[in-house]
Amino acid sequence: MGHRTPLFDTHVRMGAKIVDFGGWDMPLHYGSQVEEHHKVRQDAGMFDVSHMNVVDLKGANVRPFLSLLMANNVEKLKTPGKAMYTCMLNARGGVIDDLIVYYMNENWFRLVMNAGTRAKDLAWLDATAREMGGVSVLQRPDLSIIAVQGPNAREKVYQALGEALRPATAKLKPFYATNIGELFIATTGYTGEDGFELILPGKAAPYSWQGLAEVGVAPIGLGARDTLRLEAGMNLYGHDMDETTTPLESGLAWTVGWDPASRNFVGRDVLERQRAENVSRKLVGLVLEDKGVLRDHQKVVCGPAGEGEITSGSFSPTLGRSIALARVPASVPAGSRCEVEVRGKRLAARMVKYPFVRNGKSCVD
Amino acid sequence: MSQPPKDLKYTRTHEWVKTMPDGSVAVGITDHAQQLLGDMVFIELPKVGAEYAAGKECAVVESVKAASDVYAPVSGRIVEVNVRLGDAPETVNKSAYGDGWLFRVQPGNPEELRALLDAAAYESLVEAEGH
Repeated sequence: MGHRTPLFDTHVRMGAKIVDFGGWDMPLHYGSQVEEHHKVRQDAGMFDVSHMNVVDLKGANVRPFLSLLMANNVEKLKTPGKAMYTCMLNARGGVIDDLIVYYMNENWFRLVMNAGTRAKDLAWLDATAREMGGVSVLQRPDLSIIAVQGPNAREKVYQALGEALRPATAKLKPFYATNIGELFIATTGYTGEDGFELILPGKAAPYSWQGLAEVGVAPIGLGARDTLRLEAGMNLYGHDMDETTTPLESGLAWTVGWDPASRNFVGRDVLERQRAENVSRKLVGLVLEDKGVLRDHQKVVCGPAGEGEITSGSFSPTLGRSIALARVPASVPAGSRCEVEVRGKRLAARMVKYPFVRNGKSCVD
Repeated sequence: MSQPPKDLKYTRTHEWVKTMPDGSVAVGITDHAQQLLGDMVFIELPKVGAEYAAGKECAVVESVKAASDVYAPVSGRIVEVNVRLGDAPETVNKSAYGDGWLFRVQPGNPEELRALLDAAAYESLVEAEGH
């Protein structure tokens, strides 16, 4: 038996197929992964992501601490409630984890990190906090996370959890958060749709989940979460990047806070060198033109430029064809045609800019 | 899971086999198999006329989750494939024992049919795998 979230029994009762996910017993789907995917694109769905690691950083030195550890620049966080996506790098510029930093006030920043990287993340945070002082690293296993996503997500949250939430959250732009009593509401997500991520006491999670279900928010498993994030062109840790790849090789150059040049974050020298010498690999989007399904680790043949590999491949329910993220030689021109080796055959694919889907609409020609 | 129909034969690799009036056999994957695999998104069928020995991979069913080989339950020649699955692979989920059939084989050695599992034996196999 793995770790279980406070919603485990609820998932089982709702017919979830439970699978092991990095040591956690989590719902893969509640019947049909594809129907769940469409529900999020067209209406509203909810995900239990309580296995993710919520860490509160408190103390006078939190800002310099994050300035040193995060590749994105925490100085961008000036308004309380603002959130920022960033990578945390090792000294070789490799990605230890990708995460969201929420700025609540000068003495409180909240991190939401991946479940599978929990032990090494905490070791890294703790070691640096001990060295620097003035920062306490507080794990929050008492909290659950319910992500409610889709074009009708916000309205259904108000219906289920109360109109009282509306004034403080209806005008929240993407990537902000606010605290209302024991409820932390953020306009972040992993689907490419509007919606909220609700962080709340674990003991309140089953009641809130039930309320959301009663107003028609469908439970969505981690299977659809993966196809939704892939369509949205969002990286998955351990697939699209890890400790052996830098953000520049992972389509995440936009998350590196280069300015000011004087900010010396962990891994900076390696990224500077890669930038000066031109990075040798890049992440691209692929759309399969032949019939079939692209899968992780399939070989991508890019003509004279060489070969690459699919880092995340699946079927896109919205586009009705297979899509992938792939790491290929940087010299491959944008929009190139390529071939993917699928069970001994070579299938035709085309490189495209991603996201593939945003707010329910295809972004691919 | 729905009960495996009594008039079909089964393999240990979760294919079902139905003997047709003309002596050919229709082949599909069981309801248990389609449930394990989840939503089908692509079915790669064999070519009509191709010959396979029993136990050889002859088709691939791909769900959102994974690709899975389908094995020839008996030796023989492919005489028809279910072309409608090209545009509607989800038929395998909706009707595993009916419209979701994959292909028909003309068996080369009818003895092989007798070695297949009956519904009761297949059910115990599924139960044993579940524990």
